[in-house]
Amino acid sequence: MIQKGQVEGIAKVPTDIPGFDEITNGGLPKGRTTLILGGAGSGKTVFALQTLVNGARDFGKPGIFVAFEENSRQIIANASTFGWDLEALEKEKLFFLDARMSPDLVMSGGFDLKGMLASIKAKADEIGATRIVFDSIDVLLTLLNDPVAERQELYRIHDWFSQTGLTGIMTFRTGSDENSSERYGFMQFMADCVIALYHRMVDRISLREIRVIKYRGSSFSENEFPMVIGHHGIEIANIGLSEPEYEVFTDRVSTGVERLDSMLSGGYLRGSSILVTGAPGTAKSSLAGAFIEAACKRGERALYVSFDESANEIIRNMTSINIQLEPYIKSGVLRMYSARTEARSAEEHLMNIRRLIAEHKPRCVVIDPLSAMVKAGGHITALGAAERLIHLAKSKGITLLCTSLLEIRGSLTTEATEIRISTIADTWINLSYVPQGGERNRALTIVKSRGTRHSNQVRELILSNEGITLADVYTAGGEVLMGTLRFEREDADKQAEDREQLEAESKKIELELGEAEINAKIQALKKQLEANRAEMERLSREDETRRTGGVRKLADLQRLRRAD
Amino acid sequence: MNSQSEVMSLRLYIAAGTPNSILAVSNLQAIVDEHLVGRHNLEVIDVLKEPSRAIADGILVTPMLVKLFPPPKVTIIGNLGDKVKVLCALDLGSALK
Repeated sequence: MIQKGQVEGIAKVPTDIPGFDEITNGGLPKGRTTLILGGAGSGKTVFALQTLVNGARDFGKPGIFVAFEENSRQIIANASTFGWDLEALEKEKLFFLDARMSPDLVMSGGFDLKGMLASIKAKADEIGATRIVFDSIDVLLTLLNDPVAERQELYRIHDWFSQTGLTGIMTFRTGSDENSSERYGFMQFMADCVIALYHRMVDRISLREIRVIKYRGSSFSENEFPMVIGHHGIEIANIGLSEPEYEVFTDRVSTGVERLDSMLSGGYLRGSSILVTGAPGTAKSSLAGAFIEAACKRGERALYVSFDESANEIIRNMTSINIQLEPYIKSGVLRMYSARTEARSAEEHLMNIRRLIAEHKPRCVVIDPLSAMVKAGGHITALGAAERLIHLAKSKGITLLCTSLLEIRGSLTTEATEIRISTIADTWINLSYVPQGGERNRALTIVKSRGTRHSNQVRELILSNEGITLADVYTAGGEVLMGTLRFEREDADKQAEDREQLEAESKKIELELGEAEINAKIQALKKQLEANRAEMERLSREDETRRTGGVRKLADLQRLRRAD
Repeated sequence: MNSQSEVMSLRLYIAAGTPNSILAVSNLQAIVDEHLVGRHNLEVIDVLKEPSRAIADGILVTPMLVKLFPPPKVTIIGNLGDKVKVLCALDLGSALK
């Protein structure tokens, strides 16, 4: 790995090839010879030309390209596919020298390169060039047909670079031919920096790698790094060298499903990565679609990358669950991109995605499914690409949702080992089927969600014309029920509840009736009591009357009798 | 024959002082002395002195001999040590008999 803190003894020339200057701690050795080795089609010419073009365009350093194998017109035409405007650069900053020997050329005896080097030096002085490329110099040297003379001429070039202070890049073809590697093996000792480019086929997918074999007087990363030749030339993946440092966010973005938002205390964390795993048909894409639609509704730019499914199909399918993506595509907020898995290596897919992100500048990105990308060309490379995708998203504050296909293997722990990405993702939602009572229902579980208080409960995911909804699963007495069974059980519960309520009500009425009866009785008794009291009073009054009446009668009688 | 009567125009590019260039000059001199006396026109250009001209003429390796006239244009690289090959290339093969 990289050895930091070492004294950098020599000056370096940045190549500006993405990733390369980090591997070499600054670029190519200034005023020295760099050798680029590789088989046919490994990208030697592109590497050399890109260094020259970047130097001219980005640093204003003119350069000379000496082409020994290809016609310089062809090289310029090929380079235009990378979007490098060589025609314009050629006028002032770049000089192309056709050094291809005519097939009609007659060879008679030995020759040397002294004259050529003198001419090139004159040209370099004229345009102020500091970088010189000798592309496929082996083609010319083979004409010498003398290993000793070849070696002499290579040393001549090497010495010439050191004397003139020009930064030299020589590309050299290495074949499977044993003889050639023996013949040019000394070059690796001679050159100050040796870079090897590899082009391999893994699982029928082309993979490119780059390795710095030696770098005199400088530290460098000795590993092989995945490399891609894409729309803008060579790119080298070198994630892992620097410490990850990202801007962190605390605000949340909606999942597009109301209840899922509340399960995740408001939604996904902005700038986090979300992995949605599940068997085929568990509505992974639908969840991704809901997330994207929600982003578009907020007016945030979004990117939807799908594999092996066309954008139109996705849009149509989403419409069936009331996720409308088309208006946002028309307004330019949403960009859909679909790719064929097998057509490219994971590294190339990643580079395409990186380009799309750079062009569209989305805040929310969906990769559907990531497992398709991981499948493409070499497991190790592919996983590395997936990891780098997450880092890329994080470095740009993009909320990234990836879906991933999981084979049904029962427990989640075995699933987790299937795809290492699940450990890097911040939130992991697993969707599964629960076959029960003659139907399959979708279950949603939040396996993990960093920095988020989340629900630990399984929810049933229901797709309908109105969209995605989550329902509580029926859990009682150790039973987990979903779908129709849940509905039936809930219905039965409802009926039982209704019945109980009815019973309670009738009981209440009964009791009320009883109470009324008692009250009535109380009233009757009260009346009786009143009647009794009245009777009592009457009786006592009669008694009084009788008594006083007796006295009066006696008095009356005495008065009548004139008694004294 | 035309080639016998016409004046041949030759140009030899060299890097003065290098063994191959020294050889080329003397080898060519021997050939013209033997086969082209009085009917050749030879220009020797030292690329080290006129580097810009070499680039303009598309000269890369030295020594290099170019036959400019009569057509066709012929380019021979090397120290011209292989005399038979040079004569054939310059269409002087009949002189070998």
